[in-house]
Amino acid sequence: MDNSFDVIIIGAGVTGCAIARELSRYDCSVLVIEKDEDVCCGTSKANSGLVHAGYDAKPGSLKAKMNIRGNELMTALCEELYIPFKRIGSLVVCTDEANRAGIEDLYARGITNEVPDMRILEADEVREIEPNISDDVVCALYAPTAGVICPFRLNIALGECAEQNGVEFMFDTKVTDIRRTANGWSVVTDKDTFITRAVVNAAGCHADELHNLVSDKKYHITARRGDYMLLDRSLDGFVKHIIFPQPTKMGKGILVTPTVHGNTLIGPTAVDTDDKDEAPVTADGLVKVQEGAAKNVKGLPIKQVITGFSGLRAHEDGGEFILEEAEGCPGFFDCVGIESPGLTGCPAVGEYMAEMISGKLSLKLKDTWNGICKDVVRPFELSSEDREKLIKENPEFGRIICRCETITEGEIIDSIRRPLGARSLDGVKRRTRAGMGRCQGGFCSPRVMEILSRELGLPLDEITKSGGDSKIVIGRTKDEG
Amino acid sequence: MKADIVIVGGGPAGLASAIAAAKEDSTLDILILERDHELGGILNQCIHNGFGLHTFNEELTGPEYAARFEEQLDGLGIRYMLDTMVLDVDSSAVTAVNSNEGVFTVECGAIVLCMGCRERPRGALNIPGLRPAGVFTAGTAQRLVNIEGYMPGREVVILGSGDIGLIMARRMTLEGAKVKAVCELMPYSGGLKRNIVQCLDDFDIPLLLSHTVIDIKGKERVTSVVIAEVDDHSKPIPGTEQEIACDTLLLSCGLIPENELSREAGVAINPATNGPVVNESFETSIPGVFACGNVLHVHDLVDYVSEESGRAGRSAARYVKNKGNGGGPVIQVKNGSGVRYTVPSTVRVNELDGDLVIRFRSGNVYKDSYIDVTFDGGSKLHRRKPIITPGEMEQVILKKEDLDPAPSEILIKITEN
Repeated sequence: MDNSFDVIIIGAGVTGCAIARELSRYDCSVLVIEKDEDVCCGTSKANSGLVHAGYDAKPGSLKAKMNIRGNELMTALCEELYIPFKRIGSLVVCTDEANRAGIEDLYARGITNEVPDMRILEADEVREIEPNISDDVVCALYAPTAGVICPFRLNIALGECAEQNGVEFMFDTKVTDIRRTANGWSVVTDKDTFITRAVVNAAGCHADELHNLVSDKKYHITARRGDYMLLDRSLDGFVKHIIFPQPTKMGKGILVTPTVHGNTLIGPTAVDTDDKDEAPVTADGLVKVQEGAAKNVKGLPIKQVITGFSGLRAHEDGGEFILEEAEGCPGFFDCVGIESPGLTGCPAVGEYMAEMISGKLSLKLKDTWNGICKDVVRPFELSSEDREKLIKENPEFGRIICRCETITEGEIIDSIRRPLGARSLDGVKRRTRAGMGRCQGGFCSPRVMEILSRELGLPLDEITKSGGDSKIVIGRTKDEG
Repeated sequence: MKADIVIVGGGPAGLASAIAAAKEDSTLDILILERDHELGGILNQCIHNGFGLHTFNEELTGPEYAARFEEQLDGLGIRYMLDTMVLDVDSSAVTAVNSNEGVFTVECGAIVLCMGCRERPRGALNIPGLRPAGVFTAGTAQRLVNIEGYMPGREVVILGSGDIGLIMARRMTLEGAKVKAVCELMPYSGGLKRNIVQCLDDFDIPLLLSHTVIDIKGKERVTSVVIAEVDDHSKPIPGTEQEIACDTLLLSCGLIPENELSREAGVAINPATNGPVVNESFETSIPGVFACGNVLHVHDLVDYVSEESGRAGRSAARYVKNKGNGGGPVIQVKNGSGVRYTVPSTVRVNELDGDLVIRFRSGNVYKDSYIDVTFDGGSKLHRRKPIITPGEMEQVILKKEDLDPAPSEILIKITEN
């Protein structure tokens, strides 16, 4: 690899990959450096999977602008990149008459932010569209443009599309220093050193550290942990909208929502933490999630939980997205403090940053650019005629590996062979959903390991859960020597 | 495609029901649909012995036990399809997919549901902590060791004292791993007494009752777990925490019958078993759809699975011919104090083939107690048992002639001394 690039993006989360895809429209060389083994390994992997309507953010803020614009762009983006997305609408539920003014304030803020089609629904109207809503419901802010999305496919597809348009990716590579050079920057990693005209800092919870390496104006990010519980798909339809409590200064509160794949998701808590890399689920958090969900939704069958997980939000002290060329650092572009609505905003952040960077670097658009990127081939989403043809030509699409989610060997092979393909169990899981169902990989993980081993040409004891030292088995049994 | 009987699942229940149906009526076309590469189900990875004591009067390994059934299939003309996943069941057809046929539907006269069960995963147990590699359900680890020939880890803590966990404690020890403890949330084991003796006591592996795992540590691979004693409400008791260095946590915390197909078909499910409600013929709430084995209720001995499945298979064969019952009295079987459930739930006396076997589990440990059976409130049986535990299935056998005249209700309960 040539060590010189026009742009180096640090971080392959949803922000970094969205910028990479937008920059891939221009005639320039782009490298994405990621410390983990795959795209979608940090804050992008564990969140609520929502596209917010945009009434929360402070009017005039970048958060508000990116939210509204991101929401607008999402439909077309999801069509181009085959991302599961459903605009099911959201309800912010008021359960105490004394707090009605809060709903009205939120509505007014939404109007200022130009959120379309909002309405305040009275209790009866809420019950009509959401039968399992709390008996205490007084009224709710309804925003039909909110939706649920597959956060994994969003991140992965942005990365795949960037790659297909010439962006290079380096995984398992940690940036250790960034130094100014005569014409730009030198990015030092634990693997190699790279020269670039521009750096994009999309390092999630670590974005403050990278920024503070080069700028005198210091930022500070707190990792804010949130616990979630995911319930079985057999509850599909238990709630029909994204159901929020009224927001507080710690965030949007504990929500109850269907996921785009028909599970029910509840959470998150909000607890500031020192560890920016790993988020353990806590017993206390799981209790709070259940209590919070029960305030707005009655009779939630919590015993149908299939997994709990925890994610981090990159909260900057100023509480605003920082999307700019760092002060006194020409060619160093910050995306700092990208917490909610970061997932919603990513298409807009990509557009905004690419425009800023292309302007500064005087980049020219390419003659040809392919913005379309298909998902893994999914036989059970095809017409029966197309599916039978597919199975006839590729029999592995008739062999079910993940029973719970009905995922075939063909899909798993596709997820490994495609651009930026999966290299671990979690990589396969995020691309195909194999192992995401009610048995949580109990049956399919040994078989997915075999397929990974065969496709990657690695012995089974080199196959990992999520890269690094997360090996699943430690070697042969005694008998096998 | 057509068949007289489709059997969903080729594990011990599917094999026994297919064979019994074929023996009942040799003219029937019987088709087993199995999702794995081979027949035998979970028996294939159970390489320890102890199977078949009741059925064959000898101690067989799991694969040997399965082979006793598999070798009968060809002679009886029973068809089977492997690597075939059933997608949908209704009262007279089964839809499935495999590599050769694509998605196909088999129209049939009767269906026997034999899908078995799955293990309760970490996520459903709400165990706090990180999510590194090295956390396995006991059955997944068993497959890795016994089928694939790979070691899941070197230093092991096991949560839950279900039978697979106990068996894996011994297996991992024999393979050179160090099993540091088996923690059980309840004040009693969920497994068979013989497994506690043969798999833990014989290897000096401590069984810590009323203990649970409250934290999992390690970013990439498990480095330790924190365990704690729990109070009567299963809540960890502060001050009893103990960190155990290990690279592996095995979970043996309960089995869940795999009834997604049954539920979608509209089969009534008993919330106590998570399995279908059945009558004496193992017929579900949908006429012509039968259920047996661990999809019906979780068993601790495969011999009982085979015996029940034989009844289910014979019933299915008779159903294909006669389309079910010709009337007569129906007895409701109820569970009273101390009894979590009974199988079956109803009995049509005219349809009984032989004695009535009622199987059940207790909800707690009872010492020096009595199993009581009453017919419409009148005592029919009062049997002393030195120990009754939830980990061991109990049964009462009632002679067919005892059911004449038939009571309208049979109640089974445990009476403490």
